[in-house]
Amino acid sequence: MPPEDADAPRTMFEKIWDRHRVLERPDGQVLLYVDRHLIHDGSEPAFEMLRRRGLKPRAPERIFGTPDHYVPTDTRDVAAIPDPALRAMVETLERNAAEHGIRLFGLQDEGQGIVHVIGPEQGLSQPGLLMVCPDSHTSTHGALGALAFGIGMTEVAHVLATQTLWQRKPATMRITVDGELGAGVTAKDVILHIIATIGGAGAAGHVIEYAGSAIRRLSMEGRLTLCNMSIEAGGRAGMVAPDETTFAYLKGRPYAPQGAEWDRAVARWRALPSDPGARFDREVAIDAAAIAPTVTWGNSPQDAIAADGHIPDPAEEPDPERRAAMADAFAYMGLAPGMPVDALRIDRVFIGSCTNGRIEDLRAAAAIARGRRVADGVTAWVVPGSAPVKRQAEAEGLDRIFTAAGFAWREAGCSMCLGTNGEIAAPGERVAATSNRNFRGRQGPGVRTHLMSPAMAAAAAVSGHIVDVRRLAGN
Amino acid sequence: MDRFTTLRSAAVPFARDNIDTDQILPARFLHMPRDGDHGACLFRDLRCAADGAEVPDFPLNRAGWRDARIAIGGRNFACGSSRENAVWALQGAGIRAVIAPSFGDIFAINCVKNGVLPVVLPAEAVASLVAEAEARPGAEITVDLEAQTVTGADGTVHPFEIDPFTRHCLLEGVDELAFTLSHEEDIAAFERRMGRENS
Ligand code: SF4
Repeated sequence: MPPEDADAPRTMFEKIWDRHRVLERPDGQVLLYVDRHLIHDGSEPAFEMLRRRGLKPRAPERIFGTPDHYVPTDTRDVAAIPDPALRAMVETLERNAAEHGIRLFGLQDEGQGIVHVIGPEQGLSQPGLLMVCPDSHTSTHGALGALAFGIGMTEVAHVLATQTLWQRKPATMRITVDGELGAGVTAKDVILHIIATIGGAGAAGHVIEYAGSAIRRLSMEGRLTLCNMSIEAGGRAGMVAPDETTFAYLKGRPYAPQGAEWDRAVARWRALPSDPGARFDREVAIDAAAIAPTVTWGNSPQDAIAADGHIPDPAEEPDPERRAAMADAFAYMGLAPGMPVDALRIDRVFIGSCTNGRIEDLRAAAAIARGRRVADGVTAWVVPGSAPVKRQAEAEGLDRIFTAAGFAWREAGCSMCLGTNGEIAAPGERVAATSNRNFRGRQGPGVRTHLMSPAMAAAAAVSGHIVDVRRLAGN
Repeated sequence: MDRFTTLRSAAVPFARDNIDTDQILPARFLHMPRDGDHGACLFRDLRCAADGAEVPDFPLNRAGWRDARIAIGGRNFACGSSRENAVWALQGAGIRAVIAPSFGDIFAINCVKNGVLPVVLPAEAVASLVAEAEARPGAEITVDLEAQTVTGADGTVHPFEIDPFTRHCLLEGVDELAFTLSHEEDIAAFERRMGRENS
């Protein structure tokens, strides 16, 4: 189906959308072809829906699975998972994969890891592809110039059976971050700052393209962190145009094109970025120099402030609905109006997740941990995003830096990001976390989560309280 | 999928903005099978204290709203996680329609695929429905999909928009998968074309 006007300048999103159109319904919804379908150990209900209708996956070679959400991070032995309910989640994924010939990065596989870490790492995520997964952080893969978004279970069943998905075309939003990022400011700070600026629903109904000189200079790891949290701004997906950074990252990865195929693919990918003059439905400009190391105080990622700042005062909030929501958050999080955020003592530290569990993240955290000690009374965990990240970190000696400093060094998985594997904090505990959601109860009932970058989390671990990483770095 | 035509019921308000799906169905219940009792876990950590006792002033625990089949939410209702289990929890508790000024994108899609109707009304209309519900807990309102209206307890009629195909699927109780499977040949043709272009 060719687009209506093939010569008009198009955004990267529109190019990918047009290329994947199979059919259009009279109401405007479009049937899109799915190139890659990622699944995890929570995907069984979709297979059950299929079984009930007597259907089978249409294109098993396009499906890739890994156990991540339910696996404990202290063992790689399925039989050793003590909770039978959790063990069953992993076993069911293994069974479904074996039955349908789906490539599974199982617990013993050297490629296992969090679904959004292994996609890019294996070269499965590529520019121009349309990717889905039953997890809202599927937006991560957009960092490579893919159109990638999270879907629900019934949609997963639909994709399994037909390799397609009905979608209403979202609007487009370009967020341009120009200028130099300051010392200690990472992609995590950029995205927290963006969400605080546009709000938790600021990009609702939109696909975001991140652009500008500060984005171009981000490493692939940084871009993955950025796109990962698009959903926390309400965005349907987040994308960065592919460039030399993207190609250098992908080259030689197991599922990346090889040889002459590689050259043809790169030629295709070079035509993918938004055309000059392409129109976005919304444009947002952010000044990179204005971004500080950032931390969240409340129960929405939009509640983010500079790490050397003060918690706001609800009395100064004019909107009554917002004021009431702030009062809820203050009670839950145990905060006082106007207090300096670095006065908050922490009990636990979680470094990991699909937001910040990659090798660069661990390097940044280790740089702070090196030669220091985790503060008394603080439990600090490092959970690599994947088995390859873990091996790489060990080859670089990062694990020894962490353990010497008193951090626990774990196996790969989602772990405390969501806690469905049982790894949660205790009620009332305050956690410095590199994951993506500070919702009430996200890390266990009554648990208070503060989101930040890996370096900031490591700094909190060795200080015993939230601290602006710039006060430690370079010491 | 159950058909949705007209529903008359009390409407239980969850009026805060940005209520996320982690609140609607906490993560520790995510491993329950599809036919598990998701309804019992709806808003579990807001509805019950740590010892399991009901929190008396949480809306679902109040007399007029225990059996509500309609929910009212604030802006960006059910944002966050893509867990369809959040819809199963609402459905399991008997709720078939949710009214809000805006929804998390994935949640609204998940609703429709389960025969639950997400109704977007202007913020002022939602505010007036919430005010009415709070003034008279248990007062019944009507959601009419055929007519595309919500009628408040005071008789005020609020029209709403919904795309015709979604409306058709809900009214008839048909699901999309059967429709898509009838277009198998289009999908196969696309695959052949794609194979040629990429080689
Ligand atoms: S790390 Fe957290 S956000 Fe990422 S896939 Fe796992 S549970 Fe989801």
